[in-house]
Amino acid sequence: MGAVAHDEAHGHHGHEHHDEGFVSKYIFSQDHKMIGKQYLMTAVFMGVIAMLLSILFRIQLAWPGESSDFLSMFLGETWAPGGVLKENMYLGLVTIHGTIMVFFLLTGGLSGTFSNILIPLQVGARDMASGFLNMLSYWMFFLSSTIMVTSLFVETGPAMAGWTIYPPLSSLPQAVEGSGVGMTLWLVSMAIFIASSLLGSLNYIVTVLNLRTRGMKMTRMPLTVWAFLVTAVLGVLSFPVLLSAALLLLMDRTMGTSFYLSDIIVGGEMLENHGGSPLLFQHLFWFLGHPEVYIVLLPALGLSSEIISTNSRKPIFGYRAMIGSILAIGFLSFIVWGHHMFVTGMNPFLGSVFVFTTLLIAIPSAVKVFNYLTTIWRGSIIYTPAMLFAVGLVSTFITGGVTGIILADSALDINTHDTYFVVAHFHIVMGMSAVFGMFAGVYHWFPKMYGKMMNTRLGYAHFWITIIGAYGVFFPMHFVGLAGAPRRYYDYSVYGEFDSNSFEMIMDLNVIVTVFAIIAAIGQGFFLFNLFYSVFRGPKAVQNPWKSNTLEWTTPVEHIHGNWPGEIPEVHRWPYDYSKPGYEEDFVPQTVPLREGEEEGH
Amino acid sequence: MSIKLITLIVIVLGVLALAQLVRVYELSSKLRNRREEDITHRDNKANATLMLLFMILSYVGYFYLIAKFGWTGRGEAASLEGVETDWLLNVNFIIINVAFFLTNTLLFYFSYKYVRKPGVKAYYYPHNNKLEMLWTVVPAIVLAVIIILGLKLWNNLTGDSAKDAIRIELFSKQFDWTARYAGENNKLGYFDYKLTTQQNELALKTSATLDSAIRLMEYGSADGTVMGIALLEKKLNDPANIFVPEDREKMEADLDRKTRLLRLLYQMRSTHDAKHDALAYDDIIQKDTLHLMVDQEYEFNFRSKDVIHSAYFPHFRQQINTVPGLTTRLKFTPTITTADMKDRMKNPDFNYVLMCNKICGGAHYKMKMIIVVDTPEDYKKWLAGKSTFGDDYLKKPEAPVEMAVPEAPVADTVQQVAVK
Ligand code: HEM
Ligand SMILES: [Cu+2]
Ligand SMILES: [Cu+2]
Repeated sequence: MGAVAHDEAHGHHGHEHHDEGFVSKYIFSQDHKMIGKQYLMTAVFMGVIAMLLSILFRIQLAWPGESSDFLSMFLGETWAPGGVLKENMYLGLVTIHGTIMVFFLLTGGLSGTFSNILIPLQVGARDMASGFLNMLSYWMFFLSSTIMVTSLFVETGPAMAGWTIYPPLSSLPQAVEGSGVGMTLWLVSMAIFIASSLLGSLNYIVTVLNLRTRGMKMTRMPLTVWAFLVTAVLGVLSFPVLLSAALLLLMDRTMGTSFYLSDIIVGGEMLENHGGSPLLFQHLFWFLGHPEVYIVLLPALGLSSEIISTNSRKPIFGYRAMIGSILAIGFLSFIVWGHHMFVTGMNPFLGSVFVFTTLLIAIPSAVKVFNYLTTIWRGSIIYTPAMLFAVGLVSTFITGGVTGIILADSALDINTHDTYFVVAHFHIVMGMSAVFGMFAGVYHWFPKMYGKMMNTRLGYAHFWITIIGAYGVFFPMHFVGLAGAPRRYYDYSVYGEFDSNSFEMIMDLNVIVTVFAIIAAIGQGFFLFNLFYSVFRGPKAVQNPWKSNTLEWTTPVEHIHGNWPGEIPEVHRWPYDYSKPGYEEDFVPQTVPLREGEEEGH
Repeated sequence: MSIKLITLIVIVLGVLALAQLVRVYELSSKLRNRREEDITHRDNKANATLMLLFMILSYVGYFYLIAKFGWTGRGEAASLEGVETDWLLNVNFIIINVAFFLTNTLLFYFSYKYVRKPGVKAYYYPHNNKLEMLWTVVPAIVLAVIIILGLKLWNNLTGDSAKDAIRIELFSKQFDWTARYAGENNKLGYFDYKLTTQQNELALKTSATLDSAIRLMEYGSADGTVMGIALLEKKLNDPANIFVPEDREKMEADLDRKTRLLRLLYQMRSTHDAKHDALAYDDIIQKDTLHLMVDQEYEFNFRSKDVIHSAYFPHFRQQINTVPGLTTRLKFTPTITTADMKDRMKNPDFNYVLMCNKICGGAHYKMKMIIVVDTPEDYKKWLAGKSTFGDDYLKKPEAPVEMAVPEAPVADTVQQVAVK
């Protein structure tokens, strides 16, 4: 990098040394771009592990009790004697799979990667407000990931109470062996994760609010930044509640308190605990848990708004309505948590209130969908791999969203709660929409992250295999659920004992699902290959490959400290002036001043 | 071993092949001077066509699944409540399917139609307040309908049951269900978990069960499998016994715990009203199958001994969690007898079932109870053969009645500080 550029960028804090060592550049880096890449790589690693776990337990579901070399290869005699998965380990795998996917891939990975890379670049800042805290946030994320993965190798197994870790199951090692050391590690890992997420989120908020460049009004920010901002606010307000829930659980487990325990006899032992309430935990958990699903989804929606607009060569339709819906969704997400608790024994009147608030969320969600549709209407669509994934995201957001209406209706939730219908629903919105958003983001901003291009054809193959595979996995699950099949069952052949028709149907569908899952998993090989191959050998990128308007594409391809070699550019317009009449080119970057008499677009 | 090797070889070869392909592709791009970000017209068209094709194929897949498996694979609803639920479910399904097809079709059609064509510029169309109002208001109206219908049914389903509903308690523990019928007086006897003993697994509260729970706490069981306070004290105080410090600590903790529980038991006894005994003695406890009478309303209470379970009645369309320390409830009226349902399902093996639907440990998936819905005649015949809790319990009182401390059981049973 040019020394001159470097000096200029750091005019404001000249104390930094010029020659960066390997360690400070690649490991303990405080540069937001490097931290973003570290998040991405860690998340990809965690995602691959979680995906593998899902294949392991899917094999058991499709061919229960049959010996599998694949299982014995990964789990050995301890957990899969003779190649047949053990009951408890089934629950352990499901638990860690869910935990990693929700928290490590889609919370840490998705927001961690893209908030870091995009916030400073898109608002026009030289770095995050605090590079040090940012670095700390990543390393805590790394530490908690390590602990979570380690817990898979503990003698008594990982946590086995589901990713929602409801007590008393999670507080009593007598009830399931994973609630011993495995659960302790889970709680420790999550506590560190939460701390990491808080440091990250505070940084994102401060950066967006304080470090915007000249002219970057809030209403000129790209929707990505809006989504990251609201996501960070949700995280800051809700993760501490999960932390306290976890601490109380830890106290119940170690100090004999009775926050969540009352009148229990387990393993022949009469416990003294009295007066606690398991429902208290659920309230606390879902007070985070529901905002969490939007913490997962909003960044994906933000990324796809940007990508769809750019590649349709059209402004995003209803920019202000999009911001409004992000804010509305963010706000409402705090008052709907009870929809996870309709059949827990919670007062039915309280249930009615949550039905009302939950169904309200459908309105801003519908607005977003229609705005996406209108954005591509009469567009001039270019199918980059990122655009394919973004369109896929809109489709899965619809498909997963509509079943949410059933689940939000308490009277109907009675019959779908904790069945595979729920598994289908949340996988289509989280496992597909949010993951598609993440893939789209990687394909789109890869040139910015690594200065190279990813291979387009491999991207196409990846997209088509993934969308076919994933719909093939999760769509039939609705039918399994409507047949009444509960989730977190190790073996559905129990149906043979009372209903042979349902038994056959569930078994058939389970095989279909597993086959698609294996196809989808293999398809991810295209992505992994493409990613690593392109990092090292991809063709060099140009500065603005997608002809985009936002500020990140005005920075040089080579990463430098401080992002812009000279002064930070000033912003004169919103980011969505694509195909604006009167302009020769079909895009007008934010740095181009308004012409005389020109109106801003929105 | 060999499978690992083969897998490894396949993976390595796959990666190498992919790398070669990519290299060839890159070379040809270079020759034609094509950059990665320039998406060719052909690629664009191909993807647009695939979008449309994908939409059609997935719709076909959806219809196939519906034709093959129906909307509810669990058969028709077998309760009054279930019929209403299914009606509402169908209404909602129609609504969401309209939304699903409308929006997905528009999405894929637009993605097909508006792919880049040379010379056609995109239409600059940043917003339109009228349109946005339209798709805020229309969903809001539809949702209002959904909310009103939903809450009406919800209030019905969770509302109080009729006075003459038969009361049954379902008691859950890892990993089975026990039913307790309220008996002749149709009132369930009281309970307290501290009264759990081998012969009183449901911890019913009567003067006799209180006495035996107290005796058990004080003196342990006759066969020595449960250590009482007296024995624990004796062992701890006997200078001849030398314990590993850990064992000693455990025994002391156990002694403390039992002493505190005992105090609570005495308290409970002092306030117990013997008039309530009758409520429990006429209850009927039933372990394997749950028999119900057709067209009779039932009010169920639920308890859990250890962790959260969920009482899920897929065919009657009802569900509620069972929570330790909290009694939950639900109601339903079965309308189709088991024999009838076997005919309707054309399946002689069919049976109604109560399943556990909340993760509760390793054998969660096996935790179920068969339900039989009888005609009133059959039901009464079945019931006539049942003995009450009072019959069974009072016949053979448990725990040593005399004050003698049984011979010391071997030290390792100390570990399992069992109650029962
Ligand atoms: C190849 C892809 C995947 C397959 C085949 C798969 C399959 C499954 C299955 C069968 C379950 C167990 C359901 C049960 O028994 O309750 C499950 C649980 C879960 N999955 Fe996935 N999944 C995949 C990807 C994902 C992704 C990308 C996410 C990200 C959000 C995710 C999130 C979850 C969650 C939160 C649970 C619940 C865990 C729990 O209940 O403890 N999954 N998955
Ligand atoms: Cu929720
Ligand atoms: Cu259970």
